[in-house]
Amino acid sequence: MIASTLISGLALGSMYGLMALGFHITYAVSKTVNFSQGSSMMFGAVMGYTFTVTLGWPVWLAIPAALLCCAALGLVVERFLVRPFVARGSDAWLMATVAGGIVLDNVILFTFGKEPRSFPSPLAENAVDVFGTGAYPLQLIIPVVGLGIAFALALITSKTRLGKSMLAAVQRPEAARLAGINTRAVIAASFAISAVFAGVAGLLIAPLFNVSAGMGVVFGIKAFAAAILGGISSAWGVMLAGLLYGCVEAVTTAYLGSSYTQIVSFSMVILVLVTVPNGLFGRAEIKKV
Amino acid sequence: MKPMINPLRLSRRSFTGMAFAALAAFGAPAHAQETVKIGLIASLSGPSSKSGEAITRGMLLAIEEINAAGGVLGKPLELVRRDDEANPGKGLTAARELIQREGVAVLFGGLQTPVSLAIVPYVNQIKVPFMGPWAAGTPITKNGAAENYVFRVSAVDEMVDIALVERAISVHGAKNPGMMLINNPWGESNEKGLTAALADKGLPTAGIERVEANDIDVVPQLTRLKDAGADTIFMVANVGPSAQVMKSLERMGWDVPVVSHWGPAGGRFSELAGPRASSVEMIQTFTFSGNDSKKAADTFVALQKLFPEIKSAADVTPAVGIANAYDAMHLTALAIANAGSLDGPAIRDGYHAITSYDGLIKSYVTPFTPDDQDALGAEDYVFTRFIDGEIIPIK
Repeated sequence: MIASTLISGLALGSMYGLMALGFHITYAVSKTVNFSQGSSMMFGAVMGYTFTVTLGWPVWLAIPAALLCCAALGLVVERFLVRPFVARGSDAWLMATVAGGIVLDNVILFTFGKEPRSFPSPLAENAVDVFGTGAYPLQLIIPVVGLGIAFALALITSKTRLGKSMLAAVQRPEAARLAGINTRAVIAASFAISAVFAGVAGLLIAPLFNVSAGMGVVFGIKAFAAAILGGISSAWGVMLAGLLYGCVEAVTTAYLGSSYTQIVSFSMVILVLVTVPNGLFGRAEIKKV
Repeated sequence: MKPMINPLRLSRRSFTGMAFAALAAFGAPAHAQETVKIGLIASLSGPSSKSGEAITRGMLLAIEEINAAGGVLGKPLELVRRDDEANPGKGLTAARELIQREGVAVLFGGLQTPVSLAIVPYVNQIKVPFMGPWAAGTPITKNGAAENYVFRVSAVDEMVDIALVERAISVHGAKNPGMMLINNPWGESNEKGLTAALADKGLPTAGIERVEANDIDVVPQLTRLKDAGADTIFMVANVGPSAQVMKSLERMGWDVPVVSHWGPAGGRFSELAGPRASSVEMIQTFTFSGNDSKKAADTFVALQKLFPEIKSAADVTPAVGIANAYDAMHLTALAIANAGSLDGPAIRDGYHAITSYDGLIKSYVTPFTPDDQDALGAEDYVFTRFIDGEIIPIK
């Protein structure tokens, strides 16, 4: 039972982690997050379905196109739902991004249709045997992709010019601006990347689940829980917290029964926050007075 | 006469309606209107929207027949629909709006048990009959109210559960069945029913597991059942989670019989559940496929006439929604005629006064009594399979 439980937990957990990375990246750069990450995830899956199934595009074209749509969505969210409020020193971006997600869910409901659809993938058709339990190849690929993206993000932030500008924009926004870094563009880029991460999660999860306007809601909430659990300021922290959250869910279901899954997993989040307020891997912020 | 339908009412009528709403509040008679309005609250969006559509079709067909024969109390019937989005809160708000603002004489609805259960106390308090054409939760009609305004032409969980257990034993030789139940009041209602039905047969349960509406992976739950030696699975869940259960079974390579409540009937189950969809044995109250009654054939032709998009029996899935709603609407028209007015308590008595009605599902004889307001019983159930999107009866 432990093998099948861990496969389930790691696959789901890395998706929570990937979306939580989306929360992390915008928070790290601008101290704001896109609370409609769940909708961005759904948008990735819906666009993927539209391009591959409805329009019949080949996968190599459809997937980048779907992710490009997600990036555009991220830019729109930043430009219209975050930037105007931040400029005024208001926290209303919090509600605005939630509202934006609801609007998007409903627009998709009307355009894509009310019924969930099946997203076919050759990677989720025939189960393979792993340690005596059946798993779709996709379930094994998902954690690899999730951890790979987390690793790439770590590399980019420490090695590339974009990553360094991002860090600079976070640490010394004024100095970064004086040094010629376009902090506005950096923040916009972080929202685009955040939405792309959610889109990747949506595209990976859709063949295991289905595609519908409401598919991202619960995912968005759990991913945010993972982000808080790991400490939203730490990239590796949120990824590991996502994996931990997924595994706790699966292990609780397997050993205590599904009646206890939500109780145990969300209690864990509360317990961690009470004992380690900045999350498992987060650092306390220094408040300058 | 064409049936009337007003899904959103964003028309001139609605403007006039709003303008007169204030007048109505000052003592104008609530039912002083040209039509007899019948309300419907169901999922018209989301995974169960096909079921909501089926109920609508059944009601509209019955309303057309009733209106063609002169309506009730000399007025045509009019259907007013609201989407509850499978949300109990939204369902209750819609019920209030339909009864208090639209003045519906009878309210139909509740595709999901939780939505119906949210509406039941309100209709009993305001004394407006509430007809259930779908949701099967036992406590919907058996709600303990001294004066019960809730009627149903649909399956009832406790009787369905007896039928599921009997099938598992007689067809699959079940000795240690397990349960996969949706984690909501509907699942709870069936947990009680199945446990009681198994106890009646002296059988243990291998385990009771729950699935959430948005669960992606049900393997951990199923693994528990498998390890506990389950030889049959009783499945009680709507389309989405039922599909996830079947996908997870396929992945585990566990070939176990699945005997299901009718949840999967409400949508694209064949598409969503993958190769194992057709192995689910599912209870229904009615199918057009394999049905040799003349009334079924005539009704099918009438449906095709009213809804030209219907080409084959696969296009009237789920037929239970259509049949239950169709019979329920005709029975309701008889009840209103018996009542002679649109007064709630009088219509309630009108339902009890129905002696016989030759319906689509069966010939009803005294379908409702004050002690039993469920028109269908265990003898009316059939087992079916989903084959290529069509629900086919099986032996």
